[in-house]
Amino acid sequence: MKWTSVHQDNAKRFAGALKAHGFDFYTGVPCSLLGALLEHIASDKAMPYYPAVREDAAFGLAAGAYMAGKKPAVLIQNSGLGYSLNVLTSLNLIYKIPVLAVVTWRGHGPDAPEHIVMGASCIKLMEDVGISVAAPDTAADLENALRQGVHVTNIQKKPFALFIKRGIFGQ
Amino acid sequence: MNSTEAVAHILKRLGNKPAVIATGFICRQAQAAAARPENFYMIGSMGMASSIGLGAALARPKQPVVVVDGDGAVLMNLGHLPMAGSFKPKNFYHIVVDNGRYESTGGQATISKDVKIEMIAKASGYKSAVGVATEAALKSALAKLFKSPGPAMLVVRVKPEKGEAPPRVTDSPEEITRKFSAALRNGK
Repeated sequence: MKWTSVHQDNAKRFAGALKAHGFDFYTGVPCSLLGALLEHIASDKAMPYYPAVREDAAFGLAAGAYMAGKKPAVLIQNSGLGYSLNVLTSLNLIYKIPVLAVVTWRGHGPDAPEHIVMGASCIKLMEDVGISVAAPDTAADLENALRQGVHVTNIQKKPFALFIKRGIFGQ
Repeated sequence: MNSTEAVAHILKRLGNKPAVIATGFICRQAQAAAARPENFYMIGSMGMASSIGLGAALARPKQPVVVVDGDGAVLMNLGHLPMAGSFKPKNFYHIVVDNGRYESTGGQATISKDVKIEMIAKASGYKSAVGVATEAALKSALAKLFKSPGPAMLVVRVKPEKGEAPPRVTDSPEEITRKFSAALRNGK
């Protein structure tokens, strides 16, 4: 596919960091910018992944898994934040159900027309509803951003959105 | 049988099984029937009860998890049905109380009278999916339900409630999360 050994190395390191932080329930809807990471997860038995039909359903699954004692991560494209906004605001935020959302940032820089509007607004959209974000520039900054996310989900019991730019896990 | 009676019968049969209960009057009827700490009362994110219950069932494969859903909510998140059918948790039980209405917004009609929800569940991979419309049939179906492997669905067709709405859910959302998490984590 479109990912290289650099993407695969980044994916392996990040997957290791996710596991080290205790994430043990994965769900989402694919994006090509997550290509190498999703490929890694599919091959790693310690990272059970449930393909959701839509992003809001992924947040629903993750909420149930959290209350049952798991530490969930949701892997989606930013286009799915639109579908998910009601779940994030009227479930996760008010019930104090944390979740790590790993969200690709389509529309950051030149991209297909359907990604331009959400690409320009997704960070602000999250911040407007009170969800903290990180958007690391490079793979080297990923683990710091993840630590920030773990802090927010563990301590504040809130969702956290870790935005993934083009080039880290796929092109 | 109206929705209040159906919800009361269902709650009576749950024992200490954790149950995610759909947004709207179903939650309020469930609280009035049996205010158990194992009830996760939803007050927002309509349609998500089924996915939340499914996530919990996948995370705790030995713990039976019940969803008490509504027809409007199932129709809103229909994509949930193939997820449950595909992931196949044996411990997932999906009860749908179908009154054909959006009761809490004033009784507007849903489209459920034209839709056989249990057939969609069956086609989506549920191990069993049946519909009942009388109290006697509900009692006998409930007795069988938890002895069968999931994912299993029971659709309960009821008459709309004509009386007063029961009181709103009293616990705060945060408190609901705390109680339900404890019920799940201390369960099987």
